[in-house]
Amino acid sequence: MVRLDASDPWIRWDWVGSHTDRILAALGQHVELTVIAVGAGLAVAAPVGVIAWRYRGSRGPVLAVAGALYTIPSLALFALLVPWTGLTEVTAEIGLVSYTLLIIVRNIVVGLDGVPAEVRDAAAGMGYRPLRQLLQVDLPLALPVIVAGVRIATVTTIGLVTVTALIGEGGLGQLLLDGLQRDFRTPLVVGSVLSVALAIACDVLLGLGQRLLTPWRTA
Amino acid sequence: MSFLADTLRWFLDPAHWQGSDGIPTRLEEHVVMSLAATAAAAALALPIGLTLGHFGRGGALAINVSNVGRALPSFAILVIAVQLVGIGPTPAFLALVALAIPPMVTNAFVGMRDVEADLRDAARGLGMRGLRVLTRVELPNALPVVMAGVRTAGTQVVATATLAALVGWGGLGRFIIDGLSQRDFVKVFAGALLVAALSAAAEVVLAGLQRAATPAGLRSAGARRSRAARRAPGLEPT
Repeated sequence: MVRLDASDPWIRWDWVGSHTDRILAALGQHVELTVIAVGAGLAVAAPVGVIAWRYRGSRGPVLAVAGALYTIPSLALFALLVPWTGLTEVTAEIGLVSYTLLIIVRNIVVGLDGVPAEVRDAAAGMGYRPLRQLLQVDLPLALPVIVAGVRIATVTTIGLVTVTALIGEGGLGQLLLDGLQRDFRTPLVVGSVLSVALAIACDVLLGLGQRLLTPWRTA
Repeated sequence: MSFLADTLRWFLDPAHWQGSDGIPTRLEEHVVMSLAATAAAAALALPIGLTLGHFGRGGALAINVSNVGRALPSFAILVIAVQLVGIGPTPAFLALVALAIPPMVTNAFVGMRDVEADLRDAARGLGMRGLRVLTRVELPNALPVVMAGVRTAGTQVVATATLAALVGWGGLGRFIIDGLSQRDFVKVFAGALLVAALSAAAEVVLAGLQRAATPAGLRSAGARRSRAARRAPGLEPT
């Protein structure tokens, strides 16, 4: 397995050309795993984050549980799930969603905390009921911080998806694993570069999305 | 339930507690590698981050290095390191060092930069010279944030050292990687428990270090510290 062959170039374009389908499939799976993980993470984190913000007593325990999940190394978390959910996409997603929770919940709480008290008073004075105030005043104002959390969660998830190659999923991680096992540089370089590019692209897109959603912010 | 019983039996089997593939050996490898990589990364990263923060220069670089570090998967760093230096402990060590540097640079920079200007002025007013201001005022005030970076990096190193079993090195990740390739899920699960326990222990030790590094004078200033902690980049899973 140890072969430091100087003749193996970092990238062989002919391999890339003849494996376009495989590369695109890996990229597609990578995007799919990421979108489901961040989407599900947001769906779980939103109510949890709002509750943790609204009821201060729940804040400590909620953040402690999310923090504990966060400290478990990804490979170990996937490995802890494998006996119960097998080498499946479900295992990968449970692990990936777990990691998004702390980041998104924390940013929802911090974002809502940052809504100025005067604004909340004004909304209450104008007759907004709690739910309508939450949806139309508090959450929109907290949006920049929440989106910042979603951006970090997305970039982090894209990196973690590569690890799921070890439990048979992996997206671009499959190319990394393939390159490692065959000691062949091209798939490994393609997988790394595309993974970084995907992370940057998603970060930029979410940043643009946030600007569109909060047109009242000029900066 | 029989699966959990099998796991318990795995832990009770004396064969798993001795030899080069025993739990004590793998644990020692994991701990020694993590300590060496974190220490090497600290020796490289902290002087850079502290210097940049002290002079308030290179902020974009010091902050962006963390963002780039986050976008580059640790798995990718590992496999690329293998291509550069071959299989075994060396690529694992290099990859772990590379991984630990960004959070330490960023936090050292932010910690130093955010030492309040009033404090520096007050120190100078008291007659302190440059070096004394640095060692007696700036460094102690920056220390909690700097240590938060060391904590983030250390946690990440312990976690990623698990993956390093893939590139022909030992550590506790061996049990998971070998178990996966042998379809021995009891071994996989037992290995995962060991890794999770070690990570939790590392987190506790590093959090203790961070607390111990906080000067007594700052400990009471809870508000100020939590402001600093919020600014510091959070943990990252690996």
